[in-house]
Amino acid sequence: MTMKKIMNNPDQIVDEMLDGMAFAYDSIVERIPETKVIHRKHEKNGKVGLVSGGGSGHEPAHAGFVGKGMLSSAVAGQVFTSPTPDQVLEGIKAADEGEGVFLVIKNYTGDVLNFDMAKDLAELEDIEVESVVVDDDIAVEDSTFTAGKRGVAGTVLVHKILGAAAEEGYSLKELKELADKVIANLASIGLALKPATNPEVGKPGFELAADEIEFGIGIHGEPGYRREKLQPSKDLAAELVNQLKKEQNWSAGDSYALLVNGMGATPLMEQFVFMNDVKKLLSEKEGLELSFRKVGDYMTSIDMAGVSVTLLKLEDPKWIEYLNAPVDVIGW
Amino acid sequence: MVEIESLKKWIELYGEKVTENKEHLNQLDSDIGDGDHGSNLTRGAAAVKEKVSESEYENLSDFFKDIGMTLVSKVGGASGPLYGSAFISMAKQAKESDDLAVLLEAGLDGIQKRGKAEAGEKTMVDEWIPVVEALKENNLTNKVIEDSLQKTKDMKATKGRASYLGDRSIGHIDPGAQSSAYLFESLLEAGVLNG
Repeated sequence: MTMKKIMNNPDQIVDEMLDGMAFAYDSIVERIPETKVIHRKHEKNGKVGLVSGGGSGHEPAHAGFVGKGMLSSAVAGQVFTSPTPDQVLEGIKAADEGEGVFLVIKNYTGDVLNFDMAKDLAELEDIEVESVVVDDDIAVEDSTFTAGKRGVAGTVLVHKILGAAAEEGYSLKELKELADKVIANLASIGLALKPATNPEVGKPGFELAADEIEFGIGIHGEPGYRREKLQPSKDLAAELVNQLKKEQNWSAGDSYALLVNGMGATPLMEQFVFMNDVKKLLSEKEGLELSFRKVGDYMTSIDMAGVSVTLLKLEDPKWIEYLNAPVDVIGW
Repeated sequence: MVEIESLKKWIELYGEKVTENKEHLNQLDSDIGDGDHGSNLTRGAAAVKEKVSESEYENLSDFFKDIGMTLVSKVGGASGPLYGSAFISMAKQAKESDDLAVLLEAGLDGIQKRGKAEAGEKTMVDEWIPVVEALKENNLTNKVIEDSLQKTKDMKATKGRASYLGDRSIGHIDPGAQSSAYLFESLLEAGVLNG
């Protein structure tokens, strides 16, 4: 099967994407010349800088969350490949306003190693750096015998809450404490209807029969935990909600933020239908207080069809304020 | 004490070996990882060759630092920072010592600090540890290199992407150990130890 994509040379796809994005939204962001860094135009005012990034193919993550109230800069790697430390260092330097820089890293071995190394390089340049690793994907078991749970759509809620806190003037240390608390209350799980095709590879990352879906899929096409025949939205929602319930152990009346995230090739119509089913289960059946809701493409996997559900237990009512705080970014 | 000229030859040979065996490394990586180890290292080796051949070095430290920084910026994935950390750590050590065993031990230390892997976790470290030990005792041979490599086959991965496979990682040679084996084979071939 021939790959069908709007592109030129796959080697140039990330560069061309960054240029197109920076041109379209030049009031919000700019591309730092000769780098893969998208940086916000918002005036520096002595706050802690917030930097994230990772492989490309997850748009709008992460550059779509750069701007006032969220990320200071985002660093793009090749498709599904971590950016290198020299690039992350450029992102850190651009973000530095004199109060240090905080890194939000998704839990993949490559990302963690490259960002850690960038942290060391930044410290050599006298920029103080702290970081947190997001590992919200409950489809993968967390154990000392694996590289741990993966970082997926919940990362976007971390960007939002930390971005608002940084804007409010949190110190590097306070941001670290907040990030640890948020991540401890965060869980996501997804499903796929169709695999993604990486433009640099040219064929789908895995195979799914026409009538099959896979639960627990990762955002790079990592295998999930079970394949089944396609079923109505309400049954798919019930499976994901059950997994989240096992993890989060909630009680009726608990307050949660809910994100239904499209994987890239899922029409909004289907995402809203899915949201409606998730709402019935969580709010009507389980009695949860869904104090913050969001639907749409936030952490995609190129052209994968599917959805993920992220739940954040709102331990601190302040987090709702942070989630609702105004931002000037492309993708929130 | 080692000479920069023979080290240059070492790094060049390593680049050639990696490039010749690109598909083999990719295949080993497809079995238990994401299949790009050979492509990534080949890209890095080409960049290192270009960088090193156009530079004159007055000391070992600058030489290793250039290699490390080039690998870090060109290889990507997990192996970029791991190999990069090895050479950057060797660059730091080279300010105090020009003994190859001491330098490579510092390189191993750099890899372990970065990747947090211990012996037996089916990583490149399982190739580096026995090689450094042998170097210290002055008896590094191709047999040491090959035996250590084969031992990774029976190990179960508990670090990196292969760790998600659990028991299914057993029976495959670790791609990072294989590329490290090429590094040490090149060291013997370049005659660095005879210098």
